[in-house]
Amino acid sequence: MTRRIYLDNNATTPVLPEVFEAVHPWFLEHFGNASSIHRNGQESRAAVERARDSVARLLGSSPQEIIFTSGGTEGDNLAIVGLTTAGNRVHIITSKIEHHAVLHSCKHLEDNGAEITYLSVDSRGLVDPDDVRRALKPNTRLISIMLANNETGVVQPVEEIGRIAAEANAYFHVDAVQAAAKIPINVKSIGCTALSISGHKMHAPQGVGALYVRKGTHLQPLFYGGRHERSRRAGTENVPGIVGLGKAAELAMEAFAHGDNETTARLRNRLEQGILAQVEDAGVNGVDAPRVPNTSNIYFDHIDGESMVISLDLKGLAVSTGAACSSGALEPSHVLTAMGLRPDRTRASIRFSLGKQNTSEEIDLALALVPEVVARLRELSPTSSHTYRKMAVHS
Amino acid sequence: MSGGVDSSAVAAMLRAEGHNIIGLTMQLWNQRRMAGHEGMPEAVTGRCCSLDDVYDARRVAEHIGIPYYVVNHEERFEREVVRPFVAEYLSGRTPIPCSLCNNHLKFDQLLVVAQQIGADCVATGHYARVEYDDASGRWLLKRPADRSKDQTYFLFGLTQEQLSRTLFPLGGMTKPEVRERARAHGLALAEKPDSQEICFVPGGDYKRFIDAYLAESGEALPETAGELVTTSGEVIGEHPGIHNFTVGQRKGLGVATGSPLYVIQINGADKQVVVGGQEDLYSRSLRARRVNFISVRDVEAPIRVSVKIRHRHEPAAAIVESIGSGEVLVTFAEPQRAITPGQAAVFYDGDIVVGGGWIE
Repeated sequence: MTRRIYLDNNATTPVLPEVFEAVHPWFLEHFGNASSIHRNGQESRAAVERARDSVARLLGSSPQEIIFTSGGTEGDNLAIVGLTTAGNRVHIITSKIEHHAVLHSCKHLEDNGAEITYLSVDSRGLVDPDDVRRALKPNTRLISIMLANNETGVVQPVEEIGRIAAEANAYFHVDAVQAAAKIPINVKSIGCTALSISGHKMHAPQGVGALYVRKGTHLQPLFYGGRHERSRRAGTENVPGIVGLGKAAELAMEAFAHGDNETTARLRNRLEQGILAQVEDAGVNGVDAPRVPNTSNIYFDHIDGESMVISLDLKGLAVSTGAACSSGALEPSHVLTAMGLRPDRTRASIRFSLGKQNTSEEIDLALALVPEVVARLRELSPTSSHTYRKMAVHS
Repeated sequence: MSGGVDSSAVAAMLRAEGHNIIGLTMQLWNQRRMAGHEGMPEAVTGRCCSLDDVYDARRVAEHIGIPYYVVNHEERFEREVVRPFVAEYLSGRTPIPCSLCNNHLKFDQLLVVAQQIGADCVATGHYARVEYDDASGRWLLKRPADRSKDQTYFLFGLTQEQLSRTLFPLGGMTKPEVRERARAHGLALAEKPDSQEICFVPGGDYKRFIDAYLAESGEALPETAGELVTTSGEVIGEHPGIHNFTVGQRKGLGVATGSPLYVIQINGADKQVVVGGQEDLYSRSLRARRVNFISVRDVEAPIRVSVKIRHRHEPAAAIVESIGSGEVLVTFAEPQRAITPGQAAVFYDGDIVVGGGWIE
């Protein structure tokens, strides 16, 4: 078995050992239902509320403004659907580079009579706040723009958009799934009404997330049942998951204090510059915009991204391209397409995303592997000018 | 790996023989794309690339312990198979999408992917045999042991290079033996029924598919209605569109006469459907274009072969002679029924596929 290197942390991250330590008693010893009246229940309730405090600190909110969810998709759905269902004929402004959790929530509302504006981005991958302003209508109820893009890592000008939303008296939802624990977040300075995060993108377990909703905002729930989460999210709390998210939030705060995100940025930059120094006809998508420190999206002309991901995986390096569709096949990236990238470059783009567990040695190994695989694929590429002899095709 | 018994058995057999293999499934068509449009069924019923099939293939790969990936070739499939399929029908011909898929995807694009990810050969679950012939120095395509499953008719377009990197491990086996092998390897899908229809056309209703496809692409269905004429040129009625007909068809002509009428010919240019009696369906010769030869480099002098003019056709004795670049004239010993433009004429010398081309 070859050693595996995991550079696909925007897909999911491993749970950190400290998080695992914090979580496992909540499976075995402390298993109470946080709504129960007895001691077992009270223990769980206390743990959930401690985690809520930690998540609130990470986002700069008060604990009562945090709703625990099952993850980023639920948070995005709850915010977008829950903030707009009261009243019909609403107008929503979003962008073409949002995650499908946002785009398909908007599409669902559009199918039911809402009006949606999907803003484009520039070649750097940035939404122009002036476009948001120009798209405003008297019935604009909600603006939903992500903080960091999952494919390119590009950080959007959310504070400026927050001011525009406030002036227009519209709700502002921010999908911060790919930003949480990578860059500091403060919901007050962003000026958002709602902000969603996901546990497993920040070294907490899969199946837990949180949605910040500003105090006093009416939110229609998605689920009906018990009065959990102040009647905004029915269903027994996922106590181990929530404890894990709380611990991951604390660790993220400590990491910011220690400058760990700069360490990640240094590793990412070394990977990126190392690849560009060794490989011709390659470039970084979104390089001219501010980016989160862990993500690098690189195009390699004349290669097929799918073959590259498979080849690297067979050699032990996990990376990704585009977004996986339901069968597991890869679809052309809607994000890179919206940035106006040439279709062949869209198909030739690979996302490398680092996590806290990645080491300098792993970057060295990746730097040895990537140029070798690119060279091999180019040699065999039907579109490259290299030595490949195209198979005769009968047509 | 389609998620069917054949390719699953191939994977399990090769793995058991100790080969270093990688499982690939080609994602070719999104069934949900047109579900519910233009009378297409709401539920996804077609077999092509359904999530259930990918699930089955993935479970097999996991069961036998091999790396497995789904590769997306939807764009190319639409361009090389679906569009030509629609265009052929609209011009009055009867296409074979499986051959186009073999030529342009399974044995072209998939071989490129295989080579790129470091594989030497591609093995599939087709019923056919590949052998290298020392005497001629050529790769041969031969009919399989299970004649009822023979798929060589769809493989006539394979080049020497493609054949040299292709393995058909089921060529010497019968279908019951393949199922037995799948059972022996503990594959849960050993009893899964065979797929029959064109994979991307749910329920085999190609007319409904064409309507839905054009509507979805925002294109108007071109005017294909025209006259029904007899073999002597007499106009006896009108028809709703040439793509509703195929040569040899009897039903659905919408005219009542004393003796049964058949579609003899479809005239794409003036949108005429020519009808006549049973006897008018028989013809002694055909022209085939874009011919690919396999067991021979070319035909200089006319050759005596057996020729198959559709998948379910007993090869008939004929002479094949070259009449220009990539074009041949096929003359049968006995007249053949319903020679259909758009289908393939595949030439056999016993079990050996000599070559084949597209019927004009």
